Amino acid sequence: MRHAVPQPTVDDIREVIAPHLDREGPLLPILHAVQAAWGCVPDAAVPVIAEALNLSRAEVHGVVSFYHDFREAPAGRHVLRLCRAEACQAMGGKALSEAVLGKLGVSWGETTADGAVTVEPVYCLGLCACAPAAMVDGRVVGRADAARLDALLAEGAA
Amino acid sequence: MKDFVIPDDRDMGTPAKTGAPVTLTIDGFPVTVPEGTSVMRAAAEAGIAVPKLCATDSLEAFGSCRLCVVEIEGRRGTPASCTTPVAEGMAVHTQSSKVKKIRKGVMELYVSDHPLDCLTCSANGDCELQDMAGMVGLRDVRYTPGENHYDPSGTGARSQAEARLRLPGGEANPRYIRKDESNPYFTYDPSKCIVCSRCVRACEEVQGTFALTIEGRGFESRVKAGMEGDDFLSSDCVSCGACVQACPTATLQEKSVAEMGTPERSVVTTCAYCGVGCSFKAELNGDELVRMVPWKHGKANRGHSCVKGRFAYGYASHPDRILNPMIRDSIEEPWREVSWEEALDFAADRMRGIQERHGRKSVGVITSSRCTNEETYLVQKLTRAVFGNNNTDTCARVCHSPTGYGLGQTFGTSAGTQDFDSVEKMDVAVVIGANPTDGHPVFASRMKRRLREGAKLIVIDPRRIDLFEGPHVKAAHHLPLRPGTNVAVVTALAHVIVTEGLYDEAFIRERCDWDEFQAYAEFVSDRRHAPESTALLTGVNAQDLRAAARLYATGGNGAIYYGLGVTEHSQGSTTVMGLANLAMLTGNIGREGVGVNPLRGQNNVQGSCDMGSFPHELPGYRHVKGAEVREIFETAWGVEIDPEPGLRIPNMLDAAVDGSFKGLYCQGEDILQSDPDTKHVAAGLAAMDCVIVHDLFLNETANYAHVFLPGSSFLEKNGTFTNAERRINRVRKVMEPRNGYEDWEVTQLLANAMGGGWSYTHPREIMAEIAATTPSFAGVTYELLEEVGSVQWPCNEEHPVGTPLMHVDGFMRGKGRFLFTEYVATDEKTGPRFPLLLTTGRILSQYNVGAQTRRTANSIWHDEDVLEIHPHDAENRGVTDGDWVKLASRSGETALRARITERMSPGVVYTTFHHPGTQANVVTTDFSDWATNCPEYKVTAVQVSPSNGPTDWQEGYEAQAERARRILPAAE
Repeated sequence: MRHAVPQPTVDDIREVIAPHLDREGPLLPILHAVQAAWGCVPDAAVPVIAEALNLSRAEVHGVVSFYHDFREAPAGRHVLRLCRAEACQAMGGKALSEAVLGKLGVSWGETTADGAVTVEPVYCLGLCACAPAAMVDGRVVGRADAARLDALLAEGAA
Repeated sequence: MKDFVIPDDRDMGTPAKTGAPVTLTIDGFPVTVPEGTSVMRAAAEAGIAVPKLCATDSLEAFGSCRLCVVEIEGRRGTPASCTTPVAEGMAVHTQSSKVKKIRKGVMELYVSDHPLDCLTCSANGDCELQDMAGMVGLRDVRYTPGENHYDPSGTGARSQAEARLRLPGGEANPRYIRKDESNPYFTYDPSKCIVCSRCVRACEEVQGTFALTIEGRGFESRVKAGMEGDDFLSSDCVSCGACVQACPTATLQEKSVAEMGTPERSVVTTCAYCGVGCSFKAELNGDELVRMVPWKHGKANRGHSCVKGRFAYGYASHPDRILNPMIRDSIEEPWREVSWEEALDFAADRMRGIQERHGRKSVGVITSSRCTNEETYLVQKLTRAVFGNNNTDTCARVCHSPTGYGLGQTFGTSAGTQDFDSVEKMDVAVVIGANPTDGHPVFASRMKRRLREGAKLIVIDPRRIDLFEGPHVKAAHHLPLRPGTNVAVVTALAHVIVTEGLYDEAFIRERCDWDEFQAYAEFVSDRRHAPESTALLTGVNAQDLRAAARLYATGGNGAIYYGLGVTEHSQGSTTVMGLANLAMLTGNIGREGVGVNPLRGQNNVQGSCDMGSFPHELPGYRHVKGAEVREIFETAWGVEIDPEPGLRIPNMLDAAVDGSFKGLYCQGEDILQSDPDTKHVAAGLAAMDCVIVHDLFLNETANYAHVFLPGSSFLEKNGTFTNAERRINRVRKVMEPRNGYEDWEVTQLLANAMGGGWSYTHPREIMAEIAATTPSFAGVTYELLEEVGSVQWPCNEEHPVGTPLMHVDGFMRGKGRFLFTEYVATDEKTGPRFPLLLTTGRILSQYNVGAQTRRTANSIWHDEDVLEIHPHDAENRGVTDGDWVKLASRSGETALRARITERMSPGVVYTTFHHPGTQANVVTTDFSDWATNCPEYKVTAVQVSPSNGPTDWQEGYEAQAERARRILPAAE
């Protein structure tokens, strides 16, 4: 399930991006600020950002779509990222991923029906020595296993 | 028909550079190229083609395809030849076994995600991927089909043909994206895309619109127009065709090629739309035109094009086109199709009869700024040599006549001072009364490129034109003046430059008359010209105006670009003089990157003026009163020339209403739709006994005509056009005239039916006569044009290959002349009944009265004229976006839909005049420029009110037009 995409007004968007307009290379900080405000980069923000920065809609879209971290729709309350890079795969990452996805009943990139968890792939968290690695709401977890991840998600839900 | 042999049309891979010579060897061959040149281009110069996909010489090197790798002695690895600059003594090997192996591997990967449908592909024979696969010797693809973008069935098919067999009509591959057919002229087929980014870079570097991007990353990367949810039509795309031109595969492909097949021959010719005068290759099969492709050696456009020239040529084969001559006794009758002979005899009898009854001066001609120099020359010759009077005028009357007068008075020549290449050296552009992105799109792209490089822009216009702000372009200053106050603003700019001491004293002392300058300086220094004094009148903030003046005077090379927003005013000529004053004050004349540059509306406005279309001037801007000038033509033509100037268009119409002007031959112009105060034009035409319209279509003027002579399109005739930079470009016949005769032949037939005794067999003979009689064209011959492509006049003994820059060492008239520019308000004033000011203009996809573009798919972008109005003015009147509104002035009224936009200043409304259904010129008045009678289209006091639909006048007009266009079937 996906959460409804927020529909901010042009004025709302302008207010969020205004503090960043004088920065050098303002586009990425603005996209982060927009995502912080609405949990995603809504389509409505693209033309407003383009106008403010003297860019075209296409250019802004190109940047937004390049970075997987910028979302089209808000994530669930928790974001679980599982590493699928070589070292983690060698240490059983694939089985772990299958177990977690199966238990939550979602595929990659999806959010559970109750809106609690979004599961995303990630390609290396720099934690290869402690593979398989995962990340729960921005916190890295080494030597992850299904039980540990369950516990962390339950802890967050509480 | 002779195919024009195209010199050196190869793709050199990367753009040419300028710099010190560098010598290197490529595969053992020595080659010397300018510093900064890529190894790829150096190889091409040596005649060696390095395989490439992402490189093309219209774009900067990108280095993404890795197909162009080479080995360089003493360097490690295999650098990409496109991104590696040459160095002295470098030894390059383009065909080592190592690079050949790499290239084959790269090609194999590319082809693994490309369908093997070459034989049935629309780019078959015109595909660089195909060529490169051949060049690197790819014989097999070892990869088995996995995830891919090309196979709709998702069944592992290697071609789309096979996919259709395996899964008829089905789509089961989530990566497959369907063809985008939203643009009327070309398609985008993502399944054939190799993501070389050439289209994206062309849209950015060449066109400057930034409508395209690469969406996603890695294997997911796809070319995307606009943002999520957009297709090509809804994106910012302006359909200039640069992406189609850049695409190496069938991904971006003209629909015409898909339908007709790849063309087998091409002829270089000149576009017949705006005054930029782009060179195109007309690509054909037999006499069927397949596509128009911008020619990269064209000196005006340098390989770029716009939606009109590149795609909107379909009008030439539109069913509305009239191919047989027609006559009728009165305009109440339907037309009768007759033979050429009968039509010409009918016309000749009527014209002679009128002259017998009403005198020699009761007939006249209107030449066209859309026809060739040779045709225009013949039409004015018709009136001067055969009719025996000087009653000739041209549509330039209603656009750039003040340019001719103003620049002639100040500098000594009636033309712009620069070539278009000059914009590449410009540091500060002043754009006043022009909207280049719509009116002169190819030039606008060249200007935007310079602006992205850091040049500054000052916009002086009541509207926030597109150039004002857009991707990577933002004007430094916008002076949103009230329509009609140009002179006050320009004089205030001069006031700031003089009073703040920003003028170039050395230049003025050397090139102008110092005493004259002193008097001028005293005039402009008066406090009444200070920006603070004029702010209330012009609506321009004084501080902004001062800042703009300082920037123009001190920011480096300052260039002024202007359009009809300057000329089409009661003080049009004064403003032109004011702009010339500014250039002389600041020394911005006589070198690259500066100057005063009129942006001409139509393809041959410059040429039609040069060719003696005006009633007081013989070809070359020489007054008819001059006996020595008349003598030249009297000798050449064997007739006596009337020493009295003839009638201008408005005078002809007035005289017609009075009953003293009875016959008119009007070639390629629709005065009823394009001239101001439609009702007055209609009354004038209706009062004449013989109106001969020579045109492609039954235009609005033809509703009042007695003789219709079918015209030929620019594809069907030989001749020359002269663009806004005085460049004489060849127009070449690519197919036989569908109406039977080229336009110059029709004029000759008419002249001979009246006893003219002309015997031209080719336009080159007409050009020879022009050269023999007109000093600024003395050196122009068709042979020279074949040899050098094009020349800018003056072209004579002193300048054998033309003159790109004027006034380099001194002004043509000797000393530059400062003229006083006192602001005088127009008589057209707002008041309680008509509180708003209307200004008119045009948009990108339509051209002038729309006779051509309305008969193409361009109407998808603009199918009706709308009234642009500021939200404040709209709200006061209870008007919402899309409502029908009535637009009324003292002259008349019409109705159209409203578009609410903040581009407009409050108090000012705007519309276009592309559609006869709207007839914006019913509203415009007959006020005109004091010097040249150029109509004041740009200022009309109006009122806007809600309405239910078209006015009674519009409905009545529609009915009259329909009645007037009836054609009886030809007699058996």
